[in-house]
Amino acid sequence: MAAASYPDDLKYHAEHDWARIDGDSATLGITWFAQDQLGEVVYFDPPAVGSALTKDQPYAEIESVKAVSDVVAPLSGEVTEVNEGLSDSPENVNEDPYGDGWLVKIKLSDVSEVEDLMDASSYEGSLS
Amino acid sequence: MSRYTSATDADRAAMLERIGVESIDDLFETIPEGVRLGRALDLPPGRPEQEVFAHLRELASRNVSADDELSFLGAGMYDHYVPALVDSIITRSEFLTPYTPYQPEVSQGTLQVMFEYQTAISELTGLPVSNATLYEGPSALGAAGFLAYQHHRRTRFLISRGVHPHARETLRTMSAGWGIEVQEIPLRDGVTDAGALADALGDDVSAVFLAQPNFLGAVEDLEALVPAIKDCGAIAVCSCDPMTLGVLRPPGDFGVDIAVGEGQPLGNRLDYGGPSFGFFAATNAFLRKMPGRISGETVDADGRRGFVLTLQTREQHIRRERATSNITTAQTLNALAAIVYLSWLGRQGIVEIGELMLQRTAYARKALAAVEGVEPIHEQPVIREFAVRVDADVHDVIERCAAEGVNPGYPLGADYEEHEDGLLVAITEQRTRADIDRLAEVLGRAVAGARRARRPEEVTA
Repeated sequence: MAAASYPDDLKYHAEHDWARIDGDSATLGITWFAQDQLGEVVYFDPPAVGSALTKDQPYAEIESVKAVSDVVAPLSGEVTEVNEGLSDSPENVNEDPYGDGWLVKIKLSDVSEVEDLMDASSYEGSLS
Repeated sequence: MSRYTSATDADRAAMLERIGVESIDDLFETIPEGVRLGRALDLPPGRPEQEVFAHLRELASRNVSADDELSFLGAGMYDHYVPALVDSIITRSEFLTPYTPYQPEVSQGTLQVMFEYQTAISELTGLPVSNATLYEGPSALGAAGFLAYQHHRRTRFLISRGVHPHARETLRTMSAGWGIEVQEIPLRDGVTDAGALADALGDDVSAVFLAQPNFLGAVEDLEALVPAIKDCGAIAVCSCDPMTLGVLRPPGDFGVDIAVGEGQPLGNRLDYGGPSFGFFAATNAFLRKMPGRISGETVDADGRRGFVLTLQTREQHIRRERATSNITTAQTLNALAAIVYLSWLGRQGIVEIGELMLQRTAYARKALAAVEGVEPIHEQPVIREFAVRVDADVHDVIERCAAEGVNPGYPLGADYEEHEDGLLVAITEQRTRADIDRLAEVLGRAVAGARRARRPEEVTA
């Protein structure tokens, strides 16, 4: 498992999600803290491509050896891609939460929502 | 106070004092007044044990066991022979009184039974994943409905009228809570009407439920029915009779996604209607959405083969309201009877018993069709049961047969108004050719008698 980290180029949601913003698109995932709390991830149940995400609402499930947990959407939008690689290698969520462990890509429906998210230092501060 | 328990007023006072409560009513004060009964239950006064025993004995003596008459009753539960081997194993105390085997270090026997059972069900159904039982057949079909509902939130179920009436009722009851409409697909010439199914299919159909063989005994053409279901993205569910799967092709071969069914025929006696178990097998795609428990094979720290409950994150004690089911008690003892029975039959035995049923059922249908006033309801292939129509009041016919020690079968009218005088006749390996000949003879007399009773004017004419 990777060491704790909260990259500066990402935006964070209080439910332990991150978003990498690229224009009106974003890549979403769960933070190092979230995967550490979940323990070994064994399954990701993704939303369908084309389905709509609503900010602060659950959009997918992650199953670890300990529990099944909802993944909460940090932003609203439409799913354009899901990480197919996780079906064979769900452990990527643990090993590389900000890289190969990404969950979905979305087209944002309201770019202004990004302003509600935290930067790395506020998020990290919220954890203690 | 209570007329049925032995605690004295002094006992109660002592207990209340110990827990610091004034009266028994105080214990219930958190229950709102509006939902309390406010009076004693309407029960008769207590009676001496001896009287109660005599009363129960009298009630029990009114039962007729399948061993006391020549029975052709089936309709979902079947009178197969259960070898003594089954009882000698399932009555071992290690198996008879198990608790949920969450601790593998003390539950290897039970976990291995579950694993072997799952393997057998998987091989019989041709589907890779089996759970270790649900309560019984109809609730297993309902559980398949719940899986479909959770899977893609579509709004309509289609169910063949050939599915067991209890299972259809169960699905309707459960679907009401999910807001899913249940639409019945009629039978045509005894089997699911493929044209009606095609017309009813659409992209709002969540799942389609079929039965093999169907309730009227007919073997359905799954090869023809399943592709259209898959084409519209619906889940194909097939309720099967496990005793026929030695001779019929397994549902998994036809693209069926979920096979469910009643497990009673496998090593479980009729026992006045239960308990039994339901089986549930599915494709790998539904592994994590399946209800119930699954035992998995693994190795321990020393590399030795062992078994554990696996995929428990689907279950209610971890997943709470998002659990795939809320079943805490599996029917493991009944499933143990099934796996002992299947092991006793063996790979060849399950085929031979299927062939035996096939031959005797064909013989019986022919013998009964030759009886005056009896005709088959359909001409479809049958394997262990078939439906006939009697030209008389079917209940009168059954009573007349019973008077001669024969139970000729199950009257269809209550479940199928279109077959008001229909009779469903089941054959097991326990019914010999001589038994079938006797059925034909007794049924012939009964039908003739019932016709005379119905038409006195013709008798006098």
